[in-house]
Amino acid sequence: MGLVSRGAAEAGRGAASAVDRPGPPDAVPNPTPTPPAEGADPGSSRSPGMVLKAFFPTCCASADSGLLVGRWVPEQSSAVVLAVVHFPFIPIQVKELLAQVQQASQVGVTVLGTWCHRRQEPEESLGHFLEGLGAIFSHRPWFQLCRERGSKSWSCKATHWQGPASPAASGEDQVMLIFYDQRKVLLSQLHPPTALPDRQAGDTTASAGGLAAVFDTVARSEALFQSDRFDEGPVRLSHWQSEGMEASILVELAKWAAGPVCLFLACLLSLISAASACRVFKLWPLSFIWSKLSTCEQLRHRLEQLTLIFSTRKAESPAQLMRKANMLVSVLLDVALGLMLLSWLHRKDLIGQLADALIPVADRVAEELQHLLQWLMGAPAGLKMNRALDQVLGRFFLYHIHLWISYIHLMSPFIERILWHVGLSACLGLTVALSILSDIIALLTFHIYCFYVYGARLYCLKIHGLSSLWRLFRGKKWNVLRQRVDSCSYDLDQLRLLVVAVQGLIHLLVDLINSLPLYSLGLRLCRPYRLAAGVKFRVLEHETGRPLRLLMQINPLPYSRVVHTYRLPTCGCHPKHSWGSLCRKLFFGELIYPWRQRGNKQD
Amino acid sequence: MEDEQSFSDICGGRLALQRRFYSPSCLEFCLSCPRITLRSLTAVTCTVWLAAYGLFTLCENTMILSAAIFITLLGLLGYLHFVKIDHETLLIIDSLGIQMTSSYASGKESTTFIEMGQVNDVVINEAIYMQKVIYYLCILLKDPVEPHGISQVVPLFQSAKPRLDCLIEVYRSCQDILAHQKATSTSP
Repeated sequence: MGLVSRGAAEAGRGAASAVDRPGPPDAVPNPTPTPPAEGADPGSSRSPGMVLKAFFPTCCASADSGLLVGRWVPEQSSAVVLAVVHFPFIPIQVKELLAQVQQASQVGVTVLGTWCHRRQEPEESLGHFLEGLGAIFSHRPWFQLCRERGSKSWSCKATHWQGPASPAASGEDQVMLIFYDQRKVLLSQLHPPTALPDRQAGDTTASAGGLAAVFDTVARSEALFQSDRFDEGPVRLSHWQSEGMEASILVELAKWAAGPVCLFLACLLSLISAASACRVFKLWPLSFIWSKLSTCEQLRHRLEQLTLIFSTRKAESPAQLMRKANMLVSVLLDVALGLMLLSWLHRKDLIGQLADALIPVADRVAEELQHLLQWLMGAPAGLKMNRALDQVLGRFFLYHIHLWISYIHLMSPFIERILWHVGLSACLGLTVALSILSDIIALLTFHIYCFYVYGARLYCLKIHGLSSLWRLFRGKKWNVLRQRVDSCSYDLDQLRLLVVAVQGLIHLLVDLINSLPLYSLGLRLCRPYRLAAGVKFRVLEHETGRPLRLLMQINPLPYSRVVHTYRLPTCGCHPKHSWGSLCRKLFFGELIYPWRQRGNKQD
Repeated sequence: MEDEQSFSDICGGRLALQRRFYSPSCLEFCLSCPRITLRSLTAVTCTVWLAAYGLFTLCENTMILSAAIFITLLGLLGYLHFVKIDHETLLIIDSLGIQMTSSYASGKESTTFIEMGQVNDVVINEAIYMQKVIYYLCILLKDPVEPHGISQVVPLFQSAKPRLDCLIEVYRSCQDILAHQKATSTSP
């Protein structure tokens, strides 16, 4: 069969013939109903009433007549149409193109049938022509889709004819048309429900699930969509990109620039990590402090993330790509917020004011603490306490406070400069600034933390003692020994609780900022079809006698599942404090460690 | 073709069941829940505003009244958008799957689609709820590990809660389509 002119291909005629001639089913002037699907031919080996599904891209609904090219999935009896090849064409070239695409994408792309988009004038020779095409591209079942131009009536037929030798043995099946948006299905990533823990998330075979097969087919056939109608190739295709390849200048520039920039930054980061690794583990006290300060933890975490982002290895799976993108957006947002904070601090000259206010506040706090201790060492609220123990603990704490006040006064000339440099560290990110703030609070209130430790340990001992005594003496009449060790464990608590709670809050905030997948949430907000939880169907206008038409749309993933699936790991361990455990630890006297804990807590 | 019937739910409210028959292999059921009544809306608004006025007479702070208005408005919007379901639709497509859509009073729609390959059966279950025995229609999902086992039960029409007569109608039509689908899928 040689070149066929376009005119001859325009929609044709023929009365709806009987089974041996697969002509176009409907005539334009008199719309006759399509032959019913029930009542298949006697010679057919398929069961009657079998419904085949044809997934048709919405972009090809207005394309000119031609051949349907796509993939046939026999397990689901469905045909996924990927493109339409227009007349004129040379069959050999079409076969070559399909073989190329098949090799490049590992998807079994074949010619599935014919597509007919008719005008009002009927043409005579279409019947013979289509029969000839069916003979060249042998595919069973052979689809014939037909649409009248300007109207919404579609018709489709799928035949299984065994060839011209035995014309009586062909049969027809009912076809259900499902329209899908090719671009959205190509870009979307299906998230199967999490009820199957033993299945891998990324199946490479295309036979997983019914709809997953459709998504997979479209996503892997990118090689077919590479040519548009401005190309001078031998075959003219219609698909979602045929009006022009979709590309963005910024994206192309970014891709071109990404290579050298990534290389440079990767070298820089490797130098930094090498420098930090060689000095830290030399001295014991330094390494201990390094591991306890949350600033160092945060900086190390950020360094790891940046190394991962700028590594020159390409991401293997979509999940890794999402993780990289999430980290990059998170780092950028962090730095932006940090710069905003810095500009705000400098504009209002808050650092100077803070430095000036620090010393009087510290003095005031120390004075209040001393008053409180004096009160407790006497007879607080008329309670008679263990005088000797009170005096010992009270003097011990007074000495602590005295040391601390001297230390603050010693540091006072340098405070402003230190604070200025600390404020500068906000350039590295808001989380770094918050970590430094947390560390400063920890250092400044270390003495209060010491009081808390002593008090909490004693309180814990008391609680354990009481509970063991209760177990021992239950049921007998006895004067329970009153252990009046309650020195100052719950009266200094207001300030202490506030400090510890503030530290816990800062840590929770930093962990939240670190682990929230911002890119995924932004994608879910702006391009909801990229993250798909499933699909939804809508039945389009239906006339009796016409095939059933459905529109397949993408059902986006709910936000909770987005956060759950793409949450970033934070320092390898989740925060030890949630709100419930924080309150519980405070009540029962278990120690709260305001720095990061590695390993188990010994009590 | 379309037809509409009137049923009642387990609390006695009126439900309307609309059945659309697109083709022998595609069927849609739409169950409309009882609407929000003016009486209940007025009752809730009056309660909130009386309580706010009571607080206002105690505290003499006009912010309470504005807060009460805001709370009422936001609460009503939130209720319409997140809680009150207007109608529930069940769409069965032979050889594709079963789709359940809940439409909220504000127009929001939430859809779930279950592929036919995962559906084991559609049954009516009995449940004891407080002092009542209620019936509900549910989809049994196949277990991927064991061919005849059941991995999950998905209840349908949870907001409308129709009674047994309505459920039997829906059940019969679903069984017709499922039987047809099983017959055509087992043959080559």
